Amino acid sequence: MAEPLLKVEGLQAWYGESHVLHGVDIEVREGEVVTLLGRNGAGKTSTLRSIMGLVGRRSGSVRFDEQELIGTRSDRIARAGIALCPEERGIFASLDVTENLLLPPVVRPGGLSLDEIYTLFPNLKERARSPGTRLSGGEQQMLAIARILRTGARLLMLDEPTEGLAPVIVQQIGRTIREIKQRGFTILLVEQNFRFAQTVADRHYVMEHGRVVDAVANAEMAGAMERLHEYLGV
Amino acid sequence: MIEDLIFQLELGLPQVVLGLVNGAFYALLSLGLAVIFGMLNVINFAHGAQFMVGAFVAWMLLNWVGIGYWPALILAPLIVGAFGVVLERTMISRLYKLDHLYGLLLTFGLALIIEGLFRNGFGSSGLPYAPPELLSGPPVDLGFMFLPKYRLWVVAAAVVMSLATWIIIEKTRLGAYLRAATENAALVQAFGVNVPRMMTLTYAAGVALAAFAGVLAAPIYSVNPQMGSSLIITVFAVVVIGGMGSILGSVLTGFGLGLVEGLTKVFYPEASSTVIFVIMAIVLLARPAGLFGRA
Repeated sequence: MAEPLLKVEGLQAWYGESHVLHGVDIEVREGEVVTLLGRNGAGKTSTLRSIMGLVGRRSGSVRFDEQELIGTRSDRIARAGIALCPEERGIFASLDVTENLLLPPVVRPGGLSLDEIYTLFPNLKERARSPGTRLSGGEQQMLAIARILRTGARLLMLDEPTEGLAPVIVQQIGRTIREIKQRGFTILLVEQNFRFAQTVADRHYVMEHGRVVDAVANAEMAGAMERLHEYLGV
Repeated sequence: MIEDLIFQLELGLPQVVLGLVNGAFYALLSLGLAVIFGMLNVINFAHGAQFMVGAFVAWMLLNWVGIGYWPALILAPLIVGAFGVVLERTMISRLYKLDHLYGLLLTFGLALIIEGLFRNGFGSSGLPYAPPELLSGPPVDLGFMFLPKYRLWVVAAAVVMSLATWIIIEKTRLGAYLRAATENAALVQAFGVNVPRMMTLTYAAGVALAAFAGVLAAPIYSVNPQMGSSLIITVFAVVVIGGMGSILGSVLTGFGLGLVEGLTKVFYPEASSTVIFVIMAIVLLARPAGLFGRA
């Protein structure tokens, strides 16, 4: 069988002196939606940032599309076809909505066209000239996701896209994720809300203290509830 | 009383126009500083020296190679900009993660070294550089004064250059990268933009702007190693008043303070060399981020 699209092995990472990941192993196959679950501070965001090359120091192995990326600079990682939608959304205040949307360069063919993006997110068209940070939280999240759909990246990493948003917006983001999965994108999703995760994902990893401690297929979610409650403390 | 004032102003109008010429240099230099500071977070104290080098390169091109003013207006910024690339790659890029103070000390040291080298090579008495033939002829009659064509050209060139820089930064895709990287360089890089290279080129562009101003200045001031350091102190005051990193702010403040200086020469000449610093003190007290700066 072919190698998974993303294969992370023994990934360790440091922010300055603090050692945040202690050997993370995950695999994501082409076309899958996989979530990282876990409590605050378990290392979910750090895992995404490490894959993207945004931590001070990292070791281990990050293979993407049969290429080793552990020693690669973040702009080259992006060019290889990985895109991050960060937790803080990263909408630029000095850019208007269209400029924010068009900011990430297209790295390969296969991304959504601007028209397709406006069909998915009609609000972004209406607010095209507003400064990016004047949008509502939900609209900013849409913009942050829309921005990386254009680039042709094959693996989209979404960091808590539903955090702090109203239920109706959360549903809309869920629909969007299912829609982009159908278009063949591969998604690695960080979530605290595992009820939401359940509605979109194929598989789940559970993280604790900078390691992956468990893996659950979505179909087995019901049977694993007790375990998950314990991990997540909900 | 009012008639008196108007009479004084009419007599003084030439001073005001000359103030605008000074303002053109303030605007161009503070523009380069703002571009560099906005992107690299480095206060480029070598800016005055780079302005001076621009004037010298124009002089060398003319006297050593026989290349005249118009080609020099493009070549000198390119040459000095290339020198900026080397400086950024070898030294300045190592300071981004450190406190502002290190960048300030390094560029200040560089300014002293560059100036010293030119003083050593060319002395400090100054070298003449004639304006191009096209702009020499008889002065233009503005109605209330005769203005040498060349000075009119300086103001026009500064306005066009400032406008072009503003358009590039505010209206183009490259400018969107620059503005975004000013806010969050790591994220822009994670989108696939080669941010380190962009920083190098931004520094080079800022330096090239200084050199462009230097070539413009060569026929007005004599080309000498101190021409940058005497101007740059005022330019830093302009930058502080306009607000660090604001493009439009630095241009408007540059021209505005040139005018204010000119007006002061009319009404109270004794204060003309200090008025900018008085304004700086007031602005710092009332609006520490500068007139156009974001706090």
